[in-house]
Amino acid sequence: MSLLLAAPILIPLTAAVLCVLAWRHRTLQRGISIAGAAGLLASAVALFQQVSASGPVASQMGNWPAPFGITLVADTLACIMLLINGFLAVCIVLFSLGGIGQRREAGGYHALVHGMLAAVSGAFVTGDIFNLYVWFEVMLMASFVLMTLGGQRGQLEGATKYVTLSLISSMLFLSGVGVLYAVTGTLNMADLAVKFAAVENSALAVSLGLLFFVSFGIKAAVFPMFFWLPASYQTPPPVIAALFAGLLSKVGIYAIIRTFTLIFSHEPQMVYTIMLAVSGLTMVIGVFGAAVQTEIRRILAFHSVSQIGYMLMGLAVTGAAVADGLPGGSVAAGASASASTSAVNAAIPEFAVMALAGTVLFLVHHAIVKTNLFLVGGIVLKLRGTTVLARLGDLYLTRPWLAVLFMVTAMSLAGVPVATGFWAKLVLVRAGLAGGEWIIVAAALGTGVLTLYSMTKIWSEAFWKVTPDAADLAAAGQHPTDEAIDAADIGPRGVPIMMTVVAVMAVATVALGVLAGPCYRVAERAARELLEPQAYIRAVLGPTAGRPASASEPAPAAASAGGVPSQR
Amino acid sequence: MLAPAVCRLAGRATGYLLAAVVGVTAVYFAAQVPVIAQGQTLRQAIAWVPELGVSLSFSLDGLSLLFALLVTGVGLFIVLYASSYLQDDALLGRFYAYLMGFMASMLGLVLADNILTLFIFWELTSVTSYLLIGFDHKDAKARKAALQALVVTGSGGLALLAGLVLLQLASGTGELSSMLASGFTASGSELYTPIVVLVLIGAFTKSAQIPFHFWLPGAMTAPSPVSAYLHSSTMVKAGVYLLARLTPILGGGSGGPQGWTITLSVVGGLTMLWGAFVASRQTHFKRVLAYSTVSSLGMMVMLIGAVSAAPVAGAAAATAAGLATYILAHACFKGALFMVAGAVDHAVHLKDVEQVGGLGRVMPFTAAAAVTATISMMGVPPLLGFAAKEQVLVTMLAGGPGSMLGAVLVVAAAVASVLTVLLALLVGLKPFIGPLMSTSEPPHEGPVRLWLGPVALGVAGLVAGIAPWLFAEPIVRAAAAAVAGVPRGELAAMPVDLSLGHLLHLGPALYISLGAIAAGVGLFVLRARWRAITAPLDKLDWLTAERAYEAIFHGGVLGLASLSTRIFQNGSLRVYIRIVMLAVLASAGLALAGSGGAFLGRDLLGDVKADTTMIEGVLVSLIIAGAVAATLVGSRLAAIVAVGLVGYCIALLFVVFGAPDVAMTQFAVETLSVIILLLVVFRLPRFNGKSSRPARIFDAGIAIGVGVLMTGLVLAAQSNLAAQPISHFFAERSLTEGYGRNVVNVILVDFRALDTMGEITVLGIAAVGIWTLLRIRPTRSGEISATARRAGTGPGAGHDSGTAAAEDGKDGVPS
Repeated sequence: MSLLLAAPILIPLTAAVLCVLAWRHRTLQRGISIAGAAGLLASAVALFQQVSASGPVASQMGNWPAPFGITLVADTLACIMLLINGFLAVCIVLFSLGGIGQRREAGGYHALVHGMLAAVSGAFVTGDIFNLYVWFEVMLMASFVLMTLGGQRGQLEGATKYVTLSLISSMLFLSGVGVLYAVTGTLNMADLAVKFAAVENSALAVSLGLLFFVSFGIKAAVFPMFFWLPASYQTPPPVIAALFAGLLSKVGIYAIIRTFTLIFSHEPQMVYTIMLAVSGLTMVIGVFGAAVQTEIRRILAFHSVSQIGYMLMGLAVTGAAVADGLPGGSVAAGASASASTSAVNAAIPEFAVMALAGTVLFLVHHAIVKTNLFLVGGIVLKLRGTTVLARLGDLYLTRPWLAVLFMVTAMSLAGVPVATGFWAKLVLVRAGLAGGEWIIVAAALGTGVLTLYSMTKIWSEAFWKVTPDAADLAAAGQHPTDEAIDAADIGPRGVPIMMTVVAVMAVATVALGVLAGPCYRVAERAARELLEPQAYIRAVLGPTAGRPASASEPAPAAASAGGVPSQR
Repeated sequence: MLAPAVCRLAGRATGYLLAAVVGVTAVYFAAQVPVIAQGQTLRQAIAWVPELGVSLSFSLDGLSLLFALLVTGVGLFIVLYASSYLQDDALLGRFYAYLMGFMASMLGLVLADNILTLFIFWELTSVTSYLLIGFDHKDAKARKAALQALVVTGSGGLALLAGLVLLQLASGTGELSSMLASGFTASGSELYTPIVVLVLIGAFTKSAQIPFHFWLPGAMTAPSPVSAYLHSSTMVKAGVYLLARLTPILGGGSGGPQGWTITLSVVGGLTMLWGAFVASRQTHFKRVLAYSTVSSLGMMVMLIGAVSAAPVAGAAAATAAGLATYILAHACFKGALFMVAGAVDHAVHLKDVEQVGGLGRVMPFTAAAAVTATISMMGVPPLLGFAAKEQVLVTMLAGGPGSMLGAVLVVAAAVASVLTVLLALLVGLKPFIGPLMSTSEPPHEGPVRLWLGPVALGVAGLVAGIAPWLFAEPIVRAAAAAVAGVPRGELAAMPVDLSLGHLLHLGPALYISLGAIAAGVGLFVLRARWRAITAPLDKLDWLTAERAYEAIFHGGVLGLASLSTRIFQNGSLRVYIRIVMLAVLASAGLALAGSGGAFLGRDLLGDVKADTTMIEGVLVSLIIAGAVAATLVGSRLAAIVAVGLVGYCIALLFVVFGAPDVAMTQFAVETLSVIILLLVVFRLPRFNGKSSRPARIFDAGIAIGVGVLMTGLVLAAQSNLAAQPISHFFAERSLTEGYGRNVVNVILVDFRALDTMGEITVLGIAAVGIWTLLRIRPTRSGEISATARRAGTGPGAGHDSGTAAAEDGKDGVPS
């Protein structure tokens, strides 16, 4: 079992190392890459089955007991995220066979992808807040290098913004971890869940929670901190943007969900009001950006921002409901609120579970659909050498199957039945209405209209329209090729495998939509585990944990009379 | 049936094959008429997502049957018609796919028992309609019309979704049959008003009611079979269907809430009048038909309002019967006329009614069908159109609320029927009479598939009028019962009589009807004058709704979108950082400051004063001085030195606090950083683009704010220790179990080895990155910078970022 939890990290990491060793052998790298991705997916499936059967599982790295070493732990949410990671890994790697271009492939592309996959897996399974920070750093470095791969000027420009804002996020995160450790003396998240509940000072708890929220919010690209995303997703080859769209911002949202259900689970209403406002503005401002763009990748990038808002919405609705139910907020309740399972149960209304399940569904939905749309963009780029709408056209006639696959995926993104987008939206809307959060529901629905609009814009321009002839374009000062693709890589070679991948993902979004019942039940289970984290805590700390009584009495004030505490 | 036909290009046979499928379905539904007419309801359900109250449940009652018959019956002839009308189109296969997809969705919509399942099909009809309106995809006008229709109906659809979810929450069930069976009426719920408003927005957008009607005439860019089918017979009636379906629940049956009745009556009445009026001013075939369809839809909505307004159950049932009859009649004559218009266009390639004439002799079958439909539309006996209009007038005169509104509506209906007569004659008679116009090639009758549909629908209208007991009456009775909420047992007693003998007795209704016909014929003769007189009013329609859409959607929403994007995505990294830091202050900072120092708990400053040694004080002062200096000095070199000072002082602090090993690491890192930075700086240009003085002061404020916040957090942490730190464990076990005397080392390589592995990975990836960045040169660099500037996020995007990106010297563990 210990190995199973580490496998999602170790498999891609091994693949990355092997790819570096096989630096000059492209075919060998491809083989390693595919095998690694398949292995990642297989390990995720195995882990999901185990967790489905027996609840959250944990494993202590180096066999050091729980709060002292680093714990890896997987509950249903983590397994779902790992499944996404594995599925996208396989799709992306296969797509890359046609979609990345020789020059970039020779530049260590496969190794970098697997480095990033390992980091994403690590972020999902770690049970240690500082270890989470480490995986964030790995992910940041891998994604930064992938973003600059090819070294075009536009890429470097976008990547600079990305890396700068990400480092600010890291700084805030690290500061937050430092303060958290100073207060509780622990880094293990399950241990934190128990000990942080004992912090009686609400101002500190709120301020610290919001510090983490801002830090993860930058990663997740929420309003008003999303700038790096549109600036950087539009410049690398679409397959790389697809990988980012599917995974990067998800990790940020995952971290918000994890910390706010486990550690900062007793925040007062105000925090969730902020979160609701942020989520609404993220949706609206993001889709506003998408509505006015005229280039496929930029439209999709802004959409990614917008859709993050939906994911946050579920958590915010849940949090607001739970905060409502807490007697007197965090201060009065103190440690007792988290102590007994039944008390928590009583405080959580059904729609709060549903809202969080909606967030989970939306995570899955968006990862598949947005990735696939970027991949469609990649095919368009490979066929035509550009993704500027004004220069495209005729794909409806020349590439009917691409048209079908785009339409299915785009409609799923816009929330049209019966694909995943509709269900995710329905769950969120229903939970929001049941919770009486009218404004956020209105924002979510209004955003849907503009989403539909911007998707049909791509359809109308790239697929339906007649391609403007070259003379007109030259007169308009349009450049023949995009910098994300080398002239040598333009052409139909490799397109069949790319199409196959896109088709698989399109089928996936529809199939998961048709199987909405089982999908919802899994999402609901994930939500329940998050809202009643006792099983998670017990898996990490052992069967006696979850009762804050003995192990951790509040430190006497005199114990730390000195200035900066020396922890050694 | 629910599987959209695979787009098989199996030659000409495809059309017949699909028609056969549709025909079988139509026969199936027709066979259910006797059963349903008994008041029975067929129901099938499969659980789908019970947690969300969604199930694949379908039920067939009178109202569903009426619409199912329309969908499949008209659909049958439309498929045949299209197979001839579009037989040379390369994309005929896709057309079939869309059409069959639409048909399946529409059937699903009218059969669904679960309101969310209904919504799913509702959305699917919008999407297939989009694809069909834009079928002529090379035409920019068609694309625009398709988008407009989708935006309008899509927005309405989202409102409807919210409304239906609320309805579900209010009623506790998603099944229409359960709501009806339990006698649930939403008017008691506190959610009633939002439910009604949202549902009405959904229905009005779909059924082209004022002020959302403008998309429908635009949608006429679709091929004729699509106009005839989606935009006259079926899809646009989805809103009518929904309102009729929800009448017992939202309208409260007879004597329902005032708001519902008044809204439906006023909106429906206005739409009816305005549609008819605008139509009377058009000469383009399909635009006449489109606006007259708008008018008819308005009438249906008005009638639904009247059902709830009826004072007694009997009157409600009679009104509902009028509604059902009208829906049936309208589908027959309007569908036929649309197909006729397409056939005429096909034959002579003219789209203006006034230019076409004398086709009666060369296109006898089409002409016969057209005239039959015209007579029905005019409301002349013995066709079904007469029965419909007569019933409507009778019930409105008798069962109306008797108020001002009732009287106004009767007048409106009369005026609308005058105009309708004009419209009927214009499109159904005018092209076939008079002298034959001259065309380049002699016009001739189209193939049988082109006229079979109109003829069949015409005949259906005629048969239903003469012999209503054959099929019209049972259907109408059952449908009306569903709308008016008549219990099953009382079905037979419903006062529904469509026979001519019953309707043709002299009374005010008949007088109005005859007067309207006479006035309409007169107006037809004098139509040129009518158009001249009303010309000034013509601009109005265009000014109101469509302009408003343009203004709201393109001017308003997209303008706002553009503005917000320019503000928030302005390309300047400095602004981005500023906003992020402001966000930190506004959230975490305010939260801490808001508590007014309560977080400190005790006199920390006193403690700090007491415990701070001389050397600590000096070091801290140096750190602060170095940090301030770094921001003030004018050259990079000096700034690096200042930052270096900060680093060395921190390292010395480690020494003071007894961590020489950490201090040594810190010294090494600082030294290397300063050397590398100095090397890099020599290759960089001078500082440029310094910000203005106010901006610098503002930024300084932010920086100080963030610093204060961090200090506050640390102090707050010190005064709120919640538990003993776990570090004692490391100190105890380091030697005994980790076999190392240096605790930091043991933490790095054993206790928290996974962190170290991660950090090594960071370094490895950075190495790969640097290697590739140096090895893989961009191609055509000169050209690229031009592209980059255009593709960049904004003006000056590349000039404000002085950060050395690869400098990421984070090392491990907190200690």
